[in-house]
Order: sequence, then C-alpha cells, then structure tokens
Amino acid sequence: MTDIEKYILRIADTTLILSQRLSEWCSKGPSLEEDIALSNISLDLLGQANGLLEYVSKLNGEISPDEYAFKRDEREFYNFQICEIENGHFGDTIIRQFLIDIYFKLYYQELEKSKDETLSALATKSLKEVSYHLRHSSNWVIRLGDGTQESKDKIQKSLNNIWKYTGEFFEMDELDKKMLKEKIGVNNKTLKKDWDKLVDETLIKAKLKRPEDGYMMTGSRKGIHTEMLGKILSEMQYLPRAYPDAKW
Amino acid sequence: MEATIWEVFIQSKNGLAHKHVGNVHAEDKEMALQNARDLYTRRNEGSCIWVVKSEHIVSSVPEDEESFFDPSNDKVYRHPTFYKMPDGSKHI
Repeated sequence: MTDIEKYILRIADTTLILSQRLSEWCSKGPSLEEDIALSNISLDLLGQANGLLEYVSKLNGEISPDEYAFKRDEREFYNFQICEIENGHFGDTIIRQFLIDIYFKLYYQELEKSKDETLSALATKSLKEVSYHLRHSSNWVIRLGDGTQESKDKIQKSLNNIWKYTGEFFEMDELDKKMLKEKIGVNNKTLKKDWDKLVDETLIKAKLKRPEDGYMMTGSRKGIHTEMLGKILSEMQYLPRAYPDAKW
Repeated sequence: MEATIWEVFIQSKNGLAHKHVGNVHAEDKEMALQNARDLYTRRNEGSCIWVVKSEHIVSSVPEDEESFFDPSNDKVYRHPTFYKMPDGSKHI
C-alpha cells in the first residue's frame, strides 16, 4: 500500500464506520423526523466513504471498493476511535456527531486546497453535506443543553465522556507530515485552534461546560481500536464474507 | 415527543409557486425547517421551503362548501370560454 492510499483510507474509514454506526438509529429514532435526519446523515457519510474508496481502489488498481469495506480486518482499519463508540442515548449520538462535524468541516476546508485534484473535488462535495450536518447537530446541542435540567445533565455527561476521543483529530504522525509536505494532506495541528473556537461558540449558547483536555485516546493511525470496532465489522461484513459471490 | 405540527410548502423551481407537500413535527422553526428539508427534499425536489405552524392556517370547513363554491357553478359568463383560442397557444 502506498502512502497516499493509506492516507485516504483514514478519511474513508472514518466516514464509513461513522455511517455504519449512525445507520443503527434507522427505525429507532426518537421521532420519525429525527429517524430520517440521522439516516440521511448516515447516507451522506456512506457516499463520502464510497467516493474515497473508489479513488483508493483506482490508485491501487487491484482491490475493489467493496473489498476495502468488507474484506479488511480490524487492524487494517484506520478510522478515528470516536466513530466506533456506541450510539448510547440520543444526546450521546448528538455530541459525538457535533464534535466530528466541526472537525470534518475544518478538515475538508483544508483538504479542498490539496494539490491532488480528486481529493480536492471530493472535499468540496463533502463540505456542503458537512455544513448541513453541523447545523443539525449544533442546534440539538443548544436545544438539549439549554433545555430541561434532565437534558442538560445528560448531554453534559455525554460531552465529558466523549471528549477523550477528540485528541486523535489533531495528531500528526510521519504519514501526515509526509502528505503535508507533498501538499496533498492537511496540517491537523493547526485545525485545533479553530475547532476549539467553533466548539466553544456552541457550548456557550448551550450553557454547557467545556471539559478540560486530559488523557486522550489514541492509536487509530496505527490500526489500534477499541473493542467496539470488531462488533461493528462483524455485522457490517457478515453478508459479503458468508456469501462471497452474493449479488443484489 | 410532544411537538407542534408545521405545514410544509416546497418551491420546486425559482419563480414557481410554493406547493403544499405535507407536514412535520418540530419544537421550533429552525427544527421545522430542517425536518422539512430531510423529509421532503431528499430527492432534489426543491429550491425553497416554507414552514408554517398548522394552527396558523385558516381553512374553510366542509359545511361551507355549498355557500362558498356552488354559486359559481351555473354562471358560465364567469368563465372565459367564449373566446376562440389561437392555434399554438398552450397552457391556458
């Protein structure tokens, strides 16, 4: 696998696994409208994953997009760990989505400047979707944070619990540095300042307290995951693995 | 969820009238707009959305039907049906 292939897989896997997680809300949303909203976001993310996997597949020349999605094992996935955590209650899902949406928005804005034209075009397309996702999630953060005492307590707890998964957004390993140097990738470190600012803006409106940056989860860039990824993959990959030649 | 019902109107293209497409549940206007977007414009149906609280729609009732609408039935002179339509004119 070449450097750029691995670099794109990180974004592709993050969108793919988050999409799979969100799709679990389908038929279980708190209202019909919200059920569809979450499923829509899941489908947008699946579209992003598909575009990126098609590109990796084209660069690779041998492995198809489906094979990337369905034939790799845990240690070969590079998605952020935050995508794997369980949906929990609606507030947990909203906080996870809110923190990722802001990251995606800033990341894609930078990726748009990539000298790789395909990545730049995919970033432009995704940016429109992500802006809407962020509008949806941040509105809910405000509504729940500045809602009843119960909704406030619950979503503050969600925020405190999920915060430790946000450190991975801003890491720079050797591959990130190399891609940045080649003007293909993004400087993740510099995203942190704007991310903090955008997070704070909404948290203030929501009357929520921003958690301190403490211990942060890490490892996904090396394919290290929480125990939850295995369960996601076993469900997501079951059919193509059990029936390798299955056709729609 | 206890929520207000909002009526949804979609404009399919610039310049056309907004058309009633259905309703959504939502707590406030921003949420109503987003829900309407998610429910009714997923397949590229629109360029603009209006949402209006259902309670703000004033409707005639079935009992009014006769007095409202029947009188225009037997007055043919109210309909411009005595003109010869030029060939080639459409959508009139």
